[in-house]
This record gives sequence, C-alpha cells and structure tokens, in this order.
Amino acid sequence: MRIAALLLLGLVAAPALAIEGGQAFADPVQQERYEQLIRELRCLVCQNQSIADSNAMLAADLRREVRDMMVAGRSDAEIRAFMTERYGDFVLYQPPVAPRTLLLWLAPAILLLAGMAVAGVVVLRRARAAKADPAALDEGPERP
Amino acid sequence: MKVPLRFLLPAIAFTALVVVFVVGLRQDPGRIQSPLIGKPAPAFANESLADPAWRVASADFAGRPWLLNVWATWCAGCREEHELLLAIARENRVPMVGLNWRDDRSLALRWLEQLGNPYLAVAFDPEGRTAIDWGVYGAPETFLIGTDGSVRQKHIGPMTRDIWEREFVPLLPVPAGEG
Repeated sequence: MRIAALLLLGLVAAPALAIEGGQAFADPVQQERYEQLIRELRCLVCQNQSIADSNAMLAADLRREVRDMMVAGRSDAEIRAFMTERYGDFVLYQPPVAPRTLLLWLAPAILLLAGMAVAGVVVLRRARAAKADPAALDEGPERP
Repeated sequence: MKVPLRFLLPAIAFTALVVVFVVGLRQDPGRIQSPLIGKPAPAFANESLADPAWRVASADFAGRPWLLNVWATWCAGCREEHELLLAIARENRVPMVGLNWRDDRSLALRWLEQLGNPYLAVAFDPEGRTAIDWGVYGAPETFLIGTDGSVRQKHIGPMTRDIWEREFVPLLPVPAGEG
C-alpha cells in the first residue's frame, strides 16, 4: 500500500521533471506561445522527446533559436518553416497534410470504416442464419 | 486441395504485416534524409578555429566541389573516422573544410595537433548556429557541396571507406589523367 502510494506520488510529480525551456519571456502571452512552439518541435537527437522535454545540447540550441526568432518578431509559421527547411518534416510532431502524408492522415478513418464493414457483414450473416434456423441461436449450452 | 478464403485471408494479411515490419525495422530512424540535398548550401562566415582574426567563409570555396565535415572533440564518432579523413585528405581529390561544432577552441586545436589535420580550414561554431543552418543533429556529419554550390550528398555518422567510395567518390569530378 505504501509502495503504491509512493508510485502514485512519483507519477503525479513527473511533470516537475520536465525541462520546458525555462522562463524565456516575462510576458505570459509570449511565454505561452514559446512553450507551445517548443512542444511541437521534435528533438532530433532523442527522437521521442520534444525540444521542450529534452536536455540535449541541440534541443537547447533549438530552443534558443525559437526564442531569438520570436524576439525578432517572426510568426509561428516562419519559425516552423525555418525548422523544416533544415531538419525536414520530421522535426514537426504534427506532419503537414500533403499527398505524401495523405495515407497517414486518412489511415484512422480507413481502418474505422473497414472495421465497421467487417462488423456489418458478421451481423448480417448471423441475422440470416438466425432467420433460417431460429432454434440454433436460441438453444444455449446443453444443461444436465 | 482448395483452402477456404477465410483461412487464406488472415494468412496473407499476416505475411504482409511481417513484410512491413521487417522493412520498417531495417530502417535506421537515426538517419533522416536531409531536406538540404539538391538545395544551395547554407552560407556561413565564421571565425577560423586556428586564428580568431581570420574568417572561414563558405564563399571561399565556391566554384569547385568541397567537403564540409562537422566534428567536435566530445564526439566519439569523430575520433573513429579521423584516420579515414586524413587518408581522404591525402588523396587530394576534394578540399575538406571542418566545422568545429560546440567545442572548446584549445581542446579542438590540441586534437588536430595530436591526431593530424585533414582540413584546409576549420570554421569555429561554438554556439552551434552554423550547425543548425546545415540541419546538423549528430556529429560527425559530412556534406559534399557541388561546383554549383548545392549540397550533393550528406552522411551522418562516422565516415567509412565503403560509404566514401560508394556515395561520395562517384559524385566527384574525374581527376586529370584518369578518365
């Protein structure tokens, strides 16, 4: 019980370990925008972390670039373009919708439709079988 | 013998999935295709590693093919490829320019002194800004820039003789007296 409580505490406290690039702007609106941007950008050294989460040297450098570009008045789109020109779409956690990525974006819908089609076929077949021989469905397992 | 479709179909789907996974597993996620290939090489003009009073600029090498090798003394892969870089430099087919990334000047100079210097010039990039312009994320990285100033080839990780011969040499101009 005590161990469980400790584990739970660890889970709850985990966000405290996040790096988040620290306080970069005094203005809360700018800070919010900065944090939003660095959460969208992938750290290429440790690929399953954003540059907000990573303490890799490159992540720190990229956070600095984002901050400097914001100070220079560049838009979010310009900052994202700066990153993709250098590191490719891979740097974005949310890849753009393009002919190349269409399958990626449509896959969930396609899979859902396929699943619905399979379920529909199964239900229809059962319904037909039940109509042909109602007793077959009504009879449960034999009881002693 | 005829196998019913409802047995055959899952078997086919499973085999297809295995193929997809095998192909996926063989790809190295650490090797990301550079969007720079075919594009103009990013320009830089940095302090020279050897002498802060001098500038090493990408424009100095324009008009002929050249190599840019990103290295640092903290990078184990750079130590690994160093012998080969020296050998490539001795072959004298293409000038090699170094980009010293996020490093300490005195350590970097000592490295070149002790291990040998394959570079025509080394640009010093202690803040990593030039490296970001080149999309560098894991040293060592080696770029080949063509006569037209575009990035022709990029290799991430230690250079090997095999990769050099296969992916870089065919893009170099044929040396005089050999073609």
